[in-house]
Formats: sequence, structure tokens, C-alpha cells
Amino acid sequence: MTVEPAEPGLLQKLQASAREQVTGSPGDVVFKLLALGFTLIILLLAGLLLYTVWTGASESIGEFGFFSFIVTQEWNPVFREFGALHVIVGTLASSAIAVVLAVPVALGIALFITELAPPAIRGIVAFTIDILAAIPSIVYGLWGLHVLLPFLDQHINPLLINYLGWLPFFDRPAFGFSLLTASIILAIMIVPIISAIAREVIGSVPTAQKEGMLALGATRWEVMWKVILPYARAGIVGAIILGLARAIGETMAVTMVIGNAHYISANILAPSATMASIIANEFREATYSLYLSALIHVGLVLMFISLIVNILARVLVWSVASDPGGDRR
Amino acid sequence: MALSAADFNYRRRKLISAVMLGAAATSAIGMIAVLFLILGYVFIQGGQAIDFAFFTELPRPVGQEGGGMANAIVGSLIVLAIAGVLAIPVGFFAGIYLSEYASTTFAGAVRFVIETMAGVPSIVIGIFAFVLIVRPMGTYSAIAGGFALAMIMIPIFARAAEEALKTVPFSLREAAMALGVPSWRIVLRVVVPTAGPGIITAAMLALARAGGETAPLIFTALGNRFWQEGLTSPIATLPVQIWEYASGPYADLHRQAWAGSLVLVAMTVGIIGLVRLLYRGTSFRQF
Amino acid sequence: MTQQAPTQTQRDSRDHSGAGPSLQATQEQRSHIAKVESTDPGTITIENLEAYYGNFRAVAPVTFTIPGRKVTAVIGPSGCGKSTFIRCLNRMHETVRGASSRGHVLLDGEDINGPKVDPVLIRRKIGMVFQKPNPFPTMSIYDNVASGLKLNGIKSGRPMNEIVEQALRQAALWDEVKDKLKQAGTALSGGQQQRLCIARALAVEPEVLLMDEPCSALDPIATLAIEDLIRQLAPDVTIVIVTHNMQQASRVSDMTAFFMMNEQRSGELVEYATTETIFTNPADKRTEDYVTGRFG
Repeated sequence: MTVEPAEPGLLQKLQASAREQVTGSPGDVVFKLLALGFTLIILLLAGLLLYTVWTGASESIGEFGFFSFIVTQEWNPVFREFGALHVIVGTLASSAIAVVLAVPVALGIALFITELAPPAIRGIVAFTIDILAAIPSIVYGLWGLHVLLPFLDQHINPLLINYLGWLPFFDRPAFGFSLLTASIILAIMIVPIISAIAREVIGSVPTAQKEGMLALGATRWEVMWKVILPYARAGIVGAIILGLARAIGETMAVTMVIGNAHYISANILAPSATMASIIANEFREATYSLYLSALIHVGLVLMFISLIVNILARVLVWSVASDPGGDRR
Repeated sequence: MALSAADFNYRRRKLISAVMLGAAATSAIGMIAVLFLILGYVFIQGGQAIDFAFFTELPRPVGQEGGGMANAIVGSLIVLAIAGVLAIPVGFFAGIYLSEYASTTFAGAVRFVIETMAGVPSIVIGIFAFVLIVRPMGTYSAIAGGFALAMIMIPIFARAAEEALKTVPFSLREAAMALGVPSWRIVLRVVVPTAGPGIITAAMLALARAGGETAPLIFTALGNRFWQEGLTSPIATLPVQIWEYASGPYADLHRQAWAGSLVLVAMTVGIIGLVRLLYRGTSFRQF
Repeated sequence: MTQQAPTQTQRDSRDHSGAGPSLQATQEQRSHIAKVESTDPGTITIENLEAYYGNFRAVAPVTFTIPGRKVTAVIGPSGCGKSTFIRCLNRMHETVRGASSRGHVLLDGEDINGPKVDPVLIRRKIGMVFQKPNPFPTMSIYDNVASGLKLNGIKSGRPMNEIVEQALRQAALWDEVKDKLKQAGTALSGGQQQRLCIARALAVEPEVLLMDEPCSALDPIATLAIEDLIRQLAPDVTIVIVTHNMQQASRVSDMTAFFMMNEQRSGELVEYATTETIFTNPADKRTEDYVTGRFG
């Protein structure tokens, strides 16, 4: 500095103390490294998660092989024989049925909130549906076990067997503990997830698109069916897959109502088991290390399946975020 | 004739429209009814079962009526506190790094990892904590449970903290920069306080979410019929206790499970609902 | 050709007097740029300053001197790079991702673009007021004014109350807020908020105050108050004000710099002279067209 400031004193002090703090900006360097360090901890934890579960399953992988474990239906702790096919089938079946049940309801709700409801009640409905997503899964389990399950057992299952008994899906023995009960609980749990995302995607459909169709004399339903849903298609598919991912990983509610039976049956009124439910039910009773390792192996497979499904869903939802129309043609 | 055919066709279309719109409205009403059915049971059954002893007494031996879940309520709070202590600094600083410093590519990669982590089923998180902590320690413990819940919280909180920080307008950072404030002080003294309510909300939501989790605790915290003996021994938690009571055959324990659910719902749904009401219009769909 | 990467030859051609058509253009252009001799503190000498966003050159090389303790207005049609230019004067430009600048900016002879200069320190000497008032929403009026010192952890010799009062008086805001210093800064009206931001900038006693269209978000009465303030501040601090409002420039400034976009869509300094000259007897046809309202 060649020129004295107009008011000496303060500025000199300012410069002096500023030099102390800013020279090389040690504060900035330290703070940035601190923040980076914590970010790296997350990446480390993610890596550790994969590694740890893999090593936990290694004994089982060594004994049965990673893939043959998946395609073998055998769960016999007494004879040290383990294969996960039946729980994988149980997981996929219960999740698929849940999605089939949930999607029409979730889309109906999303359309109702975005297109039909008067503005005054729109927020209330959305809020109420969202609250469903906040209920802990153990509460769903308790309600499913003590309210829904007896109700289905006494009132719905007999009807299904009477009228639809000719199908292989509805047969005796029907105890209430069943794949269907689990699927219904799962459906209730994933409706708010699917409808929340579908709501956002549908909300992003441009008004001009809808008005154009209305001006052609279309009914409101035709606008929804032929304009809104196709326009929002990619995002809705993403929402559904995200719901599917949630259903696949859900543990407590399913564990409490599915009955934990180790066989594959076409009868959805019969007890079954999922990957998550078998782990929750048997982990603490696993008396020897191979048994435990087999359960962790199930967890490993569960993790891979839900990762694949989740990533698929994210990619779809992301593609919508940049282009609300997704892959429209 | 052609006119009346078109007229008929139009009526048919109107009818279909009315039916489908009715179905959509019914879905919404039906789902709201389900919510009231679930919450109604929790409040009525739980309300009937809950009493002062529920909050102050230990569980009684099977067959004896009464007793409470005092140990599980305290245990849940302890495990949640451990989870919060582990998860909040990590999520907070990671949120800062992602929103303030990271390059677009790196931030995108980290975000991807975080969201993928959030998608890992909670039972698998339980396995992770079991193999990483319970097995080497040789015992179930509050620490293992807290770690498992922290793994649930970190992705939720880190992303939400990042989003909260990003809502701070650049003009405020600019104003502080023009005053010659070094960037770390800008972040800590201007950006973080401005995003403060959002960050606190995010932390509360993450805690509420973790507080309702059961699966990660089954084989980490395990459970305990008595008061915990320090952080390195098994500890009772509300969700696990509810599970054990609900799955058993005893009517009195079922009543206690409903009472426990009422407390759990009040804690988790209460917090999340409150935050939602306060921040209506904000998208919190990850919760 | 709208994108032009900075090359070594380009920069060199400005530094020594080689031949070539582009240099002639520069010299012709320079003839409309007044030479200013100023030894007052807060004098800014700009030499071949250019600004980039990535590879796009937003400001073509600029060379002129801003006199100390005077008001200099920067005018020009929108998109002419005047905001970008002023942000180079306290290195705020580089805070935008991908943005960079070249050339020299000398504050009282010291190059603020020098390799060892900390931009954070520079910004304490060259403050800035932005288009939209941006008081810190979590702070009171008092804390907003004190923030420059407090955020930097600076203990000054004088009591903080005194500094805050002086800054608020300088910003002509003291009488309006002296009874509510603990209230939130964001509770004030737009014009008061902008004067609060000026007080905040003044509290660290800068040599120079840069103002980037400080009145664009304000109503006429608030605008007038800010303009009065600018005139009052001039003896104590150098002021550089960007404005798209020519009346404003003519009312408040001593010197005026006129920028325009050239064929490469870069901002270019067309003319620099006393404000009187620019508005009554401009040397460049383009300046005349602009100030008489024929375009822009």
C-alpha cells in the first residue's frame, strides 16, 4: 500500500488481524478438509457395508456357491442344508402383488389430489396420505397381526375360497398368516410412496397439454388417461419401482403376518416367507456359524436385489427430473 | 341419426369419465379411511392399555399382569441419542461439503452413493452392524444398535441438510464475500444459521424415522427385560419390545404392545406430522 | 464466432506496440478514453482487464483510471458486461463457477490481481453493494452493520456501538432505525434495506465502494435517497456505480464510462470522460446514440 487510508487506525488493525487469519487461509483449508473428511466417511461406510455383509456370508458362499444358493430351494438347519430360492420367490411374489394392489389406488389418489380435489381439501388429503408413510412398520405389523389378519381370516378368505377356489391361488389351508395378508399390508405401506412421487410428476404436466385436449371435447378422464398419464409415464414407472424397492426390503410388517413357512406354494392364502422375514425370525436362533452365514447370505442377495431395483428407479425418476416427459415419442 | 349416435357415444364417454373420476376419489377416501382405522386402533387400544406404570415400571414376569416398558422407552432414547451423536456430525459436514465445496461430478457421485445407501433394506443394515460390531465385541449392545440407526439416519440427514443449505440464496454468500469474510466463516456464520431451521427440521425427521425402526435393532441392541447395564450390554428398545409382545400369545402383553405403539406413533408420526404442517409445500418425500 | 479462447498472442498484442488491424482498433478506441491523473487514495488503475466465463470473453481488454474519492458511473445497454466488469474490481467475478479474469487492477498502485494477493483481503478494502438488497436474514439491524467486523473476528480499537452508529449515519439510516437496532434487518423497507447494506459495507471502512445497479429494485423515492447518499459519501470513499439509468449517472457521477457489446458479444469500453462531456459532447457516435436514447 502506497497511500495512507483517509482514517488511519482501524484499517491498519483490520489489515493486520486479517493477515493473521487469511494468509494461506488456514481456516478455509482446515474447514474444507473437515467437511471432506466426513463426506469420505460416508463413502467408507458404504464400502464397508458391502464388504462386511459379503465377508459375513463368505462361509455360506464357500459351502453352497453364491449363485447355486439362489436357485436352490432347501432350508433345513438340522441337516445344514440351505438355499434361498423359496424366500426369493416369496419376496418377489409378495412385492409384486403389493404393487399390483397399490398402483391403481396410488395413481387414483395422485390424480385426485392434483386434478380433481378442490384446492381447499387438496392439502389436507395430501397431508393425510403422507402421514401413512410416517407410521413405523412395527405398528403396521401389530395392526396387521391383530386387526387385519383376523378380519381376512374370518370374512375375506372364506369368500375367496368359495368363489375363486377353482383358481390355484385360493386354496385351503388358509390360516390368515399368508402371502396375501403380507401383500395387503405392503400395499398399504407403499401407496403413499408411489402417490407422493406420482403427484409431483403429474403436477409437472404442462397445463397447455391438458387444455389442448379439453378444447377438443375430451372428457376429464380422457384427458387424464390419454394426456396426463402418458406424459408422466416415465416418472410414474420410476415411482412404482421405488415402491417395489420399499416392499422388497420391508421387514417387520411382513414378518409378523406371513407365517414364516419354508416352501413355495401357488396358494397365496398359505403361509410363506420372504428374505427379510427369514432373517428377522431366525437370526437370533441361528445356533451355528454356517446357519448364521446362510442368513447373512440371504441378506446379501436381498441387498443386491434392492440395490438394482433402487438404482433403476432413481435413474427413471432422474430422467424425469430433467425432462418431465421422460422418453416420450 | 348420426347426430344421435354421436350423442350416445358422448354420453357413454361422460359416464366412463364419471365412473373413473369416482374411482379416483374413492381411492383417496378409502386410503384416508385406512389411516384412520390404523391410528384409531392404536389410539383406542393403546389409550385403554396405557397408564402411569407403563412409563415407570419394568416388565413383569410372564403371567403377572401390569408392569410397564420404562426400560424400553429409556433404552430407545439412549440408542437414538447414540445414533444422533454419530450421524448428525457426519450428515451435517457432508451436507456442507456437497452444497458448498464439491465439484459437480464428485457431488453427483456422492449423492448417488447416499441415495443407494438409503435404499438398502434396514434389516441388512442390522446385519452390517452385527458383523462389524456385535461379533467382534462378543455381545449385543446399545452401541451396536445406535450405530445401526445412525446408518439409517446418515443418508436421510445428509441429503436433507444439503438441500436446506442449498436454499440459502447466493446473494447472502455474495454479501459476505464482499465484506471480505473467508469462506469457512461465511458457511458457519451466514449460510448455516440461515439454513438453521431447515437443518434442525431435517435432523428431527431423521431421528423420528430412525426411532421407528425395528429391524436393525433385533440383533444389535437385542432387548433386555431389565434396565440396561451400560452401553456395551444388551438394551431394550420400544420397537423390539412391541414386536416381542405382539408376537407372543399373552393378551396382557398385546395390550402393552398397543400402548407401546401409541407412544411410538406419538413420537414419530407426531414429529413428522408437525414438521410437515409447519413446512407445507416443501417436498420431504424421502421421509 | 462468439467464443474466443484467450491465447498468449492475444494478450501479448496488447502489451507491446506490434502492428495489426486489431491493435489499430484498440488505439482508435483509446482516443476516446480520457487520461486521468489522480493521486487521491482509492484510485483504481485498470490495465488490459478482461473477463471470461469459461471460454467466452465477456469483457474485452479495458484500460482506464478511476479517480480516487470521486463517483464514477459505468453505463451501457444491458448485456454489455458492465456488471461483470465491476465485479472484477474486487475479484467477486471469480466467485462465479468457471469465471476468470486477466490483466491488472491497481488499487493505489498495488495490483489486486497479483499472484500473492488474497482476494478475501481485497474485498475488505473494496466493498460492494448489489442489485437487490441482501441483508443477512438471521441478524438484527445492528448485527448486520457489525457483521463485516464480527464475521471476521476483528476487534477494532473503537467500541462497536460507535462504529455501527457512524456507518448508519453515513448511510443516512441512523435516524430511521436508531430505536429498533435489535429488529431483523429484513423487516425494513426495500430502500432502507439497501441503505443498511451500504452501512454494512461502510462499517469495514473500505477505500472503494462498488455499486451494481443499487437502485434497480427500488421505488423512485428510495432511489433518490440512495443518490443523495452517494453524493455525500464521495469525499470519503471512491464510488463506482453501474447503472442502466442515464439520468442517474448524470446526477450522481463525476466520471462516466460507456460500455457496449462488440461483434464478438464481448463488452467493450467505448468512451470514458467526465460525465459532463459524455452527456453533452460525446466523442464517439455510439455514445451519442446511446445517451440521446436512440438505442439501448
